[in-house]
Amino acid sequence: MIPAIFVFLYLASVLYIGIFAFRKAKSRKEAEDYFLASRSLGPFVFLFSLFGTNMTAFAILGSSGHAFQNGIVTFGLMASSSGLVIPLTIFFIGTRVWALGKKYGFMTPVQMFRDRWECSHIGTFIFVVQSVLLVPYIIIGIMGGGTTLNVISGGVVPYWFGGAIVALVVMGYVFFGGMRGTAWVNTFQTILFLSFGLVAILVIGAGMGGFRSAANAMLNSPALAPLLTRERISPYYFFSYTFIPLSAIAFPHILIFCLTAEKMKHFKKTVIFYPLCILAIWLPCVFLGVMANRVTDVPEIRAKQEARRVLATQGKQMTPDQRDELRDKAAGDDVIMLLLQRYAPLWLAGILGAGIMAAVMASDSQILALSTMFTEDVFAFYGHKQRFGEKVQVNTGRLFIVLITIVAYSVALRAPETIFELAIQYAFSGFAALSPLLVAALFWKGSTKWGALAVTVWVAFSVVAVALFQHFVPAPAPGPSVVFGKLGGWEVLSRTPGGTAVFGFMPVVPMVIVSALLMWLVSSATRKPSQPTIARYF
Amino acid sequence: MKRILLVIAVVALYILHQDFWFWRNPYLVFGFLPIGLFYHGCFSIVASLLMWLLVKQTWPVHLEQEIEQRESEEAHTR
Repeated sequence: MIPAIFVFLYLASVLYIGIFAFRKAKSRKEAEDYFLASRSLGPFVFLFSLFGTNMTAFAILGSSGHAFQNGIVTFGLMASSSGLVIPLTIFFIGTRVWALGKKYGFMTPVQMFRDRWECSHIGTFIFVVQSVLLVPYIIIGIMGGGTTLNVISGGVVPYWFGGAIVALVVMGYVFFGGMRGTAWVNTFQTILFLSFGLVAILVIGAGMGGFRSAANAMLNSPALAPLLTRERISPYYFFSYTFIPLSAIAFPHILIFCLTAEKMKHFKKTVIFYPLCILAIWLPCVFLGVMANRVTDVPEIRAKQEARRVLATQGKQMTPDQRDELRDKAAGDDVIMLLLQRYAPLWLAGILGAGIMAAVMASDSQILALSTMFTEDVFAFYGHKQRFGEKVQVNTGRLFIVLITIVAYSVALRAPETIFELAIQYAFSGFAALSPLLVAALFWKGSTKWGALAVTVWVAFSVVAVALFQHFVPAPAPGPSVVFGKLGGWEVLSRTPGGTAVFGFMPVVPMVIVSALLMWLVSSATRKPSQPTIARYF
Repeated sequence: MKRILLVIAVVALYILHQDFWFWRNPYLVFGFLPIGLFYHGCFSIVASLLMWLLVKQTWPVHLEQEIEQRESEEAHTR
């Protein structure tokens, strides 16, 4: 229970930060202050809050769990690729969106699209697709909070109560503090989980008696040595993953965060330090996840390894449900918490638990982004801001925050977590495939609203198609994939143990390529926006 | 020319990310760190250096100046 007390202290701190931000905001201009902190964030808060916004529970729990099962490949797959692609997109797209926001007062991506392509309902359609792809994050954040509090308290805090506390705290500081509160909390959280990696590796390393013997024992074990290489992952899959970080800049909450910087020069530190921040969090977590395979005195870890072994040796004879059950047992998302429980003193496990909680609670900016999008892209766009005024708009945003939290909590209590984990996988691919919208809007005079509509329809269609395919064709046992059609020696479509492959690549590759082609083809064949509009952008 | 070199540097780094040369190599750097992980750690540091170079050499100064000029004009009219 002692670690849980530290986590409760942490939750009280972030709630206080949100309320403090609220008191600070009283005399500011209403909507822009609440939703964008009056575009006034300094370089330090901008770097840490933008980075923190992009780091979810996956940065600590998911990364170590993935590495526990797949080995060191996790870092190259998800971290170093993000360290290259995300800062590039912030540099080329984020800075331009910031400048346009300053010039024309945009507060959401859809506002920019509507203005750039002279459209209205197409913008509403983009808003709907963005929102549907974003909602699973909020639900999974509440689920993660409930699970983490439950594990950290040793089962004393039940899942439903932990989820409710996390939902209330996040709702509280977003409701009161708006963007300023969210940015300050994110900064605090980022500092916490940046410190987490270093402390965790020192404590667990000392507990295990150093990593040298564990690493050498793995090297000499035929079953574990592959985890020190990337031989379990195909090079096509590895290459495909470099498309996923394109999603970051297309996420509305990230793009909205880009509008909060006071000056454009604040982007410089963010762009330069982003790869190093990723390195500081992901490298220790991935390394610890791999090393957990050599921990022999934690029964829960042994049970996971046994489930993995049974799945690999007897998986083919099992039903899909039995395989799914074993996959759940083998999942390693809690290995880092198990390592801390085993090796860290109680008080330190509490502080590190707060660090994990900080990563789990990343749903704040998504809730705020949804609220901003709803009030700007729907409420204000359809005339209600003019009718009722800016104060009512902000209060509508606050009401929306309460409603979305209640809905997300109710769903989190009833639905199985795996559904939303899958939804998030689809959402990453979906947002990556939406990124050509931004590139076309900012860099291509010839792009049109019909091109934008074609891209958005394609993204909605392809995300649903992949989801239905994976639903109706169960994942096979580890080993060969289920193949649907061959062309010149290539497997056209296959269901792999981990997902879907198109010509050996992850679906995100064809999704992004087709999006870009559609934007080009449809825009080339349709009428451009008026010359004065184009002149405002180029 | 400067810009072309930087584009080449970005493409080269993207290709270097694939590092198929260490794909199956389990060698432990410093006796405990798998070389594939060590390589990608170094890759992240090089990515940060490349970002520094991009910021130094290709920062969109015109956008920054345009906004600053606009803001000072607005402050003047107030």
